Amino acid sequence: MAIVNLQNVTYRYPLTDESVLKNINLQVDEGEFLAVIGPNGSGKSTLCYTLAGFVPHFFKGEISGSVEVAGLESSASTLDEWVMNVGLAFQNPFNQISGAKFTVFEEIAFGLENIGVPREEMKPRVEDAMKLTGITDLADRSPYSLSGGQQQRVALTSILVMQPKVLVLDEPTSQLDPIGTREVFGVIRTLAEKGMTVILAEHKVEWIANFADRVIALHEGQIILDGLPGEVLTSDILLEKGFGISRYTSVARKARAIGLWKNSNLPVTLDEAVDGFKR
Amino acid sequence: MKIEIRDLEFSYPAGIQALRGITLTIGSGEQVAIVGQNGAGKTTLVRHFNGLLQPTSGEIQIGGWDTRKYSVAKLASRIGYVFQNPDEQLFSRDVKTEVAFGPKNLGYPNEQVEILVHEALEMTELSDKTEMNPYDLSPTWRKMVAIASIISMDTPIVIFDEPTTGQDAANIARIANVIKVLRERGKTLITITHDIDFCAENFERVIAMSQGKILLDGKANEVLGQEDRLATTYVDPPQLTRLATRLELNDTIIREDMFLTELHKKLTRTL
Repeated sequence: MAIVNLQNVTYRYPLTDESVLKNINLQVDEGEFLAVIGPNGSGKSTLCYTLAGFVPHFFKGEISGSVEVAGLESSASTLDEWVMNVGLAFQNPFNQISGAKFTVFEEIAFGLENIGVPREEMKPRVEDAMKLTGITDLADRSPYSLSGGQQQRVALTSILVMQPKVLVLDEPTSQLDPIGTREVFGVIRTLAEKGMTVILAEHKVEWIANFADRVIALHEGQIILDGLPGEVLTSDILLEKGFGISRYTSVARKARAIGLWKNSNLPVTLDEAVDGFKR
Repeated sequence: MKIEIRDLEFSYPAGIQALRGITLTIGSGEQVAIVGQNGAGKTTLVRHFNGLLQPTSGEIQIGGWDTRKYSVAKLASRIGYVFQNPDEQLFSRDVKTEVAFGPKNLGYPNEQVEILVHEALEMTELSDKTEMNPYDLSPTWRKMVAIASIISMDTPIVIFDEPTTGQDAANIARIANVIKVLRERGKTLITITHDIDFCAENFERVIAMSQGKILLDGKANEVLGQEDRLATTYVDPPQLTRLATRLELNDTIIREDMFLTELHKKLTRTL
């Protein structure tokens, strides 16, 4: 069943002339893991904001078409209803951490405090969420004394504790080093395996190929490809439109041109490339 | 311009020893990438080059200038430093003013400033955005403004701190092109990066740091092929290197052309 349903969505930020989303049609099933790829400026972040209700409720501007997420209809609801159902993680965890709390535990409890969850319910919810993301040992640390990967996991945990029905992640590892990236993707994988509906905007195609059920490619505000990771991520169209592609795809495409790659499909991951070249 | 570092040690005031004896020479016109996990000392090292940090012991010479004897302002005429986050660097109302600030400050005559600004804007593909406020540009283009405002100073040495973080493929290609043009002009280039594929494709020499020391230093393919030693500083070899290793190709492969050549050789041998 579709938990996200966007019909003919077009959106323009205030004081601008051009639409950043153009006639978007998108359905995402409950429990599906959808990855969104696209160059900077293609509308990835705006799509994330739309799914999370920030567009139009926070950013204003002009929207047409219909947006339904987790049973809410955008035009008939408010941002505070929306945030109870959809969680959004920003690119940079610094922008998300409240700055009002001295420990990681309190930081994660902040959202629950705001909606008046009783203390006896709050504690186990925070503990469960920290266990899920593997940050139990950080509970008493200051959110600002952590590494980038740890901070991003704290930011994610503070969203998960709200028990959203849909989780939207806007390039959650773009500011992180390789260790931090691995930590955060580890958490995302756990969540997806638990059946959470995840929508992830991301450049790192090798990770997407390993995790996502489905990929859409955004270009100048339009969905130009929609399909299985292996199909979308190796499409020639990505190359033409200046998308980032995996080195494995790139080198196999060149090898194919000189007869050194025999498979009909191009690889995205290391294992696929090794298998293909061994034939 | 040459950089010479001898027995460099550095401890932060809180007592953390970030550099534990670095001796290193970077020749004039070399392109060096510094890799290694966070906390390995990469940024601490390069911040010594332009005098932002002073050695606890040991010394650094920039083209014969001892960094302890020259001010940061003086050293700025020899070393440009592009910050990781452009928002920590930009402050002018329009792109052109921003890019002209550095060379003006270094005291170049006006006509020279004009030429340097023009060239820098061209190299970074910003020529059509000169009147815009940097903060009205996308983060991708702001990064290019940050780069332009440093290369317009025409320093013999340029440092890039994590140039590809958060950038898309098109902009990474643009940054690689800037590096190529600067290389052709004989600049000494130093880049700190976690983007190991970018490093493999654009730099001749790679230094891997770990816990305040130099772990590996050599030609890119020599360093990036040492999977086990790189793992100790949490660096994975480039994608193509990993693929070539799994396929048991000869040599350490870091670029597509090398990969295809070796693959072809291997296949003709087995036939």
